[in-house]
Amino acid sequence: MASEAVAERRSAGHRLADLLHGRERLQVGALLAGPVGWLVIGYLGSLALLLVAAFWSVDPLSGATIKEFTLENFESLVNEPVYRDIVWRTVRTALLVTLTDAVIAFPIAFYMAKLASRRGKALLVIGILLPLWSSYLVKVYAWRTLLSANGAINWALDPIGLHGPGYGMTAVWLVMSYLWLPYMILPIYAGLERIPNSLISASEDLGASPFTTFRRVILPLSFPAVVAGSIFTFSLTLGDYITPRLVSNDQFIGNVIFSNVANNQPFAAALAIVPIVVTIAYLLVARRLGAFEHV
Amino acid sequence: MLLRLAVAAGLAFIYVPLIVIAIYAFNSSKILEWPPPGFTTHWFSQAFNNEAAREAFFTSIKAGVAASAIALLLGTLASIAVARHRFFGRETISFLVILPIALPGIVTGVAISNTFTQVLNVPLSLFTVIVGHATFCIVIVYNNAVARLRRLSGSFEEASADLGAHTWQTFRYVTFPGMRSALIAGGLLAFALSFDEIIVTNFTIGAGEQTLPIWIYSNLFRPHELPIVNAVAVLVILISILPVYLAHRLGAEEGGATGGRAAGGGVETEATAVP
Repeated sequence: MASEAVAERRSAGHRLADLLHGRERLQVGALLAGPVGWLVIGYLGSLALLLVAAFWSVDPLSGATIKEFTLENFESLVNEPVYRDIVWRTVRTALLVTLTDAVIAFPIAFYMAKLASRRGKALLVIGILLPLWSSYLVKVYAWRTLLSANGAINWALDPIGLHGPGYGMTAVWLVMSYLWLPYMILPIYAGLERIPNSLISASEDLGASPFTTFRRVILPLSFPAVVAGSIFTFSLTLGDYITPRLVSNDQFIGNVIFSNVANNQPFAAALAIVPIVVTIAYLLVARRLGAFEHV
Repeated sequence: MLLRLAVAAGLAFIYVPLIVIAIYAFNSSKILEWPPPGFTTHWFSQAFNNEAAREAFFTSIKAGVAASAIALLLGTLASIAVARHRFFGRETISFLVILPIALPGIVTGVAISNTFTQVLNVPLSLFTVIVGHATFCIVIVYNNAVARLRRLSGSFEEASADLGAHTWQTFRYVTFPGMRSALIAGGLLAFALSFDEIIVTNFTIGAGEQTLPIWIYSNLFRPHELPIVNAVAVLVILISILPVYLAHRLGAEEGGATGGRAAGGGVETEATAVP
């Protein structure tokens, strides 16, 4: 009986294989049904519902969600200076962190791509990949201990009469720059790898100083890769709420979303629209700058 | 020379915080104070015997295994469709797959939590965590698989079909063996990503349940728990790094595909040409 069942299943499999044979559309359909169903219906559907929920409200007495259209959430988002400050603080930090990471990442990526030996290159790639993947939360926590009043930073700076930044906006900027640095190094490295060395030699042969070669050859060719890296540094900063919570008392968009999600989901939804819009705007600019050819 | 110094400084910047936490894990004092006064392995045994931490650890393993299994299935299917077929909207697939990781994690978290609690009336649980994790893990498997399929010539599959193999046989004996190590690498990376994720998890986990990162987070503000947190933190770093190292080795044998989270997995490959 068991073998009959196997034979039956096999022949069903065969029949399906026969059906799929030579029918490309059917094959593609069978392959994509799962992933596209999950991502379009599940994920994009959820994003669409989030947009809809942003226009709902919560009954202040019962705490129940009122599923009727209202602009209430967006009105308070625009009109209340607290939220304006928070949005501006978040976006400003995202830009600052992106700029910082670009400046730190470029020399490292350049060394990896153009100067390191084969072996050195392999070691550096794995050396940067491993911390990139190691726990995000542990890294933020590590900085919390480093920056604390009796932490290692103050200990190291004390003999020369200095003090660490302590908790606050400087700490947030420092920690986020730290967290997203590998996300910037790797795309720039990949972009620089694609620049043929002969172009650099040609520029030198034609009498350009190293600085001129950098400014007129290397930078224009690798700029799209920098923009590609910046997408991650920017978007990750916009959505982070744990770093501000652990190393400062300042509120970011994410903190307000998180504190509203339990009691006022519609307002949390409206707040979440902000990083979506900012990220999409940033992606459109990045696309203009050619970043997607280099991701 | 100056550049070498810059690289050394950059690497020091990257590693010092991790090293400091590793040292604190062996701190003999209960107070976090630099430099630590002495050495002990006491906190590791405390961590192993901490029931909540142990339970959270197994929850994280469950979430990671389930999420990477779903991601493996969906990512592989999508990668075969994109790398081996031509169809309308093919370029959109890469974009669709990368979206959950390109948008801030908080957006994915709120969106999924909103759908389950407000629209479907499904209470949050480990199941909703797995759904969230699987969504952003698909891209990792997908990028590794597409990169591999682009390197493997499709002519082997054509030859197999010409020799009379049907669709399954071709997949079973030709396509799959070629993709295997890329899929293992992708699965390992997806697991690593899920294992230490906290942003989406925080929004999708049920009341009373904890993954290991959530356990760490909820104990960060309790000073007397910090020594155990340090020990757990070191274990978490090791567990999240080990799969990545293995995946990198697997990829390195055949050309490398651990681009990882940066660029959603396609840095060393040319796999993620987002349109």
